[in-house]
Amino acid sequence: MNAWHDVIIVGGGGAGLRAAIAVAETDPSLSVAVVSKVYPMRSHTVSAEGGAAGAIRSDDSLDEHAYDTVSGGDWLCDQDAVEAFVVEAPRELLRLEHWGCPWSREADGHIAVRPFGGMKKMRTWFAADKTGFHLLHTLFQTSLKYPSITRYDEWQVTRLLVDEGRVCGVVALELMSGRIEAITGKAVILATGGCGRIFPFTTNAAIKTGDGMALAYWAGAALKDMEFVQYHPTGLPFTGILITEAARAEGGWLLNKDGYRYLQDYNLGKPEPGPVLRSMELGPRDRLSQAFVHEVEKGRTIDSPYGPVVHLDLRHLGAKVIDSKLPFVRELCHKYENIDPVHELVPVRPVVHYMMGGVHTDIHGATGLPGLYAAGEVACVSINGANRLGSNSLPELLVFGARAGQAAALYAVDAAPPPAAVEAQAADEARRLERDLLGRGAGRERISTIRSQMQSIMEDAAGIYRDGDTLAKAADKLRELRERAASATIDDASRTFNTELTAALELTAMIDLAETMVHSALHREESRGAHQRTDFPARDDERFLAHSMAYREPAGSPRIEHLPVTITRWPPGERVYGR
Amino acid sequence: MPDQITMRVARYRPEQEDTPTFDEYDVPLRKDWAVLDGLNYIKDELDGTLSYRWSCRMGICGSCGATVNGEPKLTCATFLTDYAPGPVRIEPLANFPIIRDLVVELTDFMHKLGKVRPWIIRDEEQTVEEGEYLQTPAELEEYKQFSMCINCMLCYSACPVYGLDPEFLGPAAIALAQRYNLDSRDEGADERLTVLSQPEGVWGCTYVGECSRACPKGVDPAGAIQRYKLTAATAAVKSLLMPWGRR
Repeated sequence: MNAWHDVIIVGGGGAGLRAAIAVAETDPSLSVAVVSKVYPMRSHTVSAEGGAAGAIRSDDSLDEHAYDTVSGGDWLCDQDAVEAFVVEAPRELLRLEHWGCPWSREADGHIAVRPFGGMKKMRTWFAADKTGFHLLHTLFQTSLKYPSITRYDEWQVTRLLVDEGRVCGVVALELMSGRIEAITGKAVILATGGCGRIFPFTTNAAIKTGDGMALAYWAGAALKDMEFVQYHPTGLPFTGILITEAARAEGGWLLNKDGYRYLQDYNLGKPEPGPVLRSMELGPRDRLSQAFVHEVEKGRTIDSPYGPVVHLDLRHLGAKVIDSKLPFVRELCHKYENIDPVHELVPVRPVVHYMMGGVHTDIHGATGLPGLYAAGEVACVSINGANRLGSNSLPELLVFGARAGQAAALYAVDAAPPPAAVEAQAADEARRLERDLLGRGAGRERISTIRSQMQSIMEDAAGIYRDGDTLAKAADKLRELRERAASATIDDASRTFNTELTAALELTAMIDLAETMVHSALHREESRGAHQRTDFPARDDERFLAHSMAYREPAGSPRIEHLPVTITRWPPGERVYGR
Repeated sequence: MPDQITMRVARYRPEQEDTPTFDEYDVPLRKDWAVLDGLNYIKDELDGTLSYRWSCRMGICGSCGATVNGEPKLTCATFLTDYAPGPVRIEPLANFPIIRDLVVELTDFMHKLGKVRPWIIRDEEQTVEEGEYLQTPAELEEYKQFSMCINCMLCYSACPVYGLDPEFLGPAAIALAQRYNLDSRDEGADERLTVLSQPEGVWGCTYVGECSRACPKGVDPAGAIQRYKLTAATAAVKSLLMPWGRR
């Protein structure tokens, strides 16, 4: 049985479901497939906590949201994309409201908003501190009412089918049965999210292995700005569980071992008792995570079994605020650290959280390959530039999920059906999975050994601060790891729910993406946003007001090109916080 | 505290064996290790063939439910030290067909979820230009609890009725229907009544209450079901008294 649909969506999180609904609403006669390696409600959108930005207050404006986003991104954002984004974000959030999202409310019944890092106005909509969870479940439940959407739950896509540069389907493995099938179609939308699992310490769920980015890269699409990796300043030690920025937006402080609000030493403003927008603890994530590194160097952090930490102090907020605005923070601290933030300090450290980079798309979600679209964290459109602002990613996946869905639907109406030639590609891929992977058996080393080495190479070379020598060495080591991964042990030869096979596939994807990150970082000889080079400490607009574009070379390693940034109304300027 | 604990993990490989067996593994016993960390240690260091689901490891994605020493638990939010000195027994969730090792089949639940029409139903939909539907914090509070379900299936595993009668709609699906029925923006309660008031709907529940005890997120499906029985009964009486009228 080979399946056929007009539009195939890979990934069932926020972007994928929003895209599916957009296709269904654009043309109900189009058949839509949502192919996801997990049940949609397990997708990592579920873990987003703090909120979703969209200007709605009378004292706010679209231009201010755009300026905060562009300056927060250190001018690497494409401003045409940002302008479309800020217009459509509030509309999308309202649509979610109409679909039932339980947004937190003001006493009069209107939507409530909260402050957020790097935002000059209060514009972050929230559903307590489980915003992503509610957004995902609302989208998933709403998607059930569209008969044209067919789901392939727990199907892992392993290859895109490409005919003369045109994408016309996928090959996927059904985990429950082990069946390997071609699902052909006119358009494919990638919505698989990020790849935080390339690093050892991350907020990202186990499934965030960059599958969609790798699928696009292997098919010949460009990966854009892969060197820009966001460290969130407040993760719990050991687990890496995220403590939302909303904790600081509600008034939380970051303290070093002397109980001192150290951010005042890093050009982020003066400490005030209450939260001040675009200042101190409400500065952007890149600057806060960098400040942490300097505190470590000064010996002003606290030692923990899992390395140096600082303290997040929420005690002065009191139980009432914490329980109404940050109940999940309290629950997570209690469960995973055995502490109560109402009475105790929360140990935190920077943690890999988000990929600004991803599959290069235009403002309609179209990649360079006909028939291939991408939206959400897997894509780089780019509204996030060199550093994403907190609460911009949820509206991004709605706005660009919807846009990609609409664009793919219009494309699918006119596109020719996939040529029969792709059947042969599907057969090749099935053979590869069966013979090279399922038939491999004992290899030289375990998958987990290679994965751990990749993670530690990336933490050392592509962390908060980088330098040319370390990056160059990392590039060599990753090339070697790629070869070793091809002969790692796969003891499990079963067809049924074989998670060793899927781990091997994910590892291959992650190593290739790690290489694009390291090569892109090596080429960018400047410091901008989340990419800080100790050997090139200044921003260099002359040479690098441009996106890095990574293409896969036949030998396997990437080739890096540059693409100018689109500037519409905000010429490059200084990033000013706290004054 | 000993520095190791034995995990007795249920194995079922349909190509190899007809019924589940157990394998034993010794894993480090560390203060902050969840049961899931123990499973990951086995997978990474001892036996790559063990299959189980997990993802967020922070108790929100609902993937990692299993039966731990006889009780349905999220393995990411249940800690090994609570079972020291061990051994601790890990089995798949009860009441579901087993696919492989700790992985159970959820097809039946996914089908039931759609049956209760879990989306906002309105006679007239407002446009985006008209802004939001107003909803006061008190109105939000009415249904909020039932919107917290993570679909982890612990309640189905705990439910003796579902164990005996797989046709029973079950706790999470009924609680989700109530989540929409109680939402001030929704007008779809009549449409959901036909599904909920069937024998395998709310009337299947014998109010054992195990579902609410098993829920890791503080949802009270048993309460939702009891409350809905009153609604369904009232509707039934009304339709007898006023067969020509709207319910």
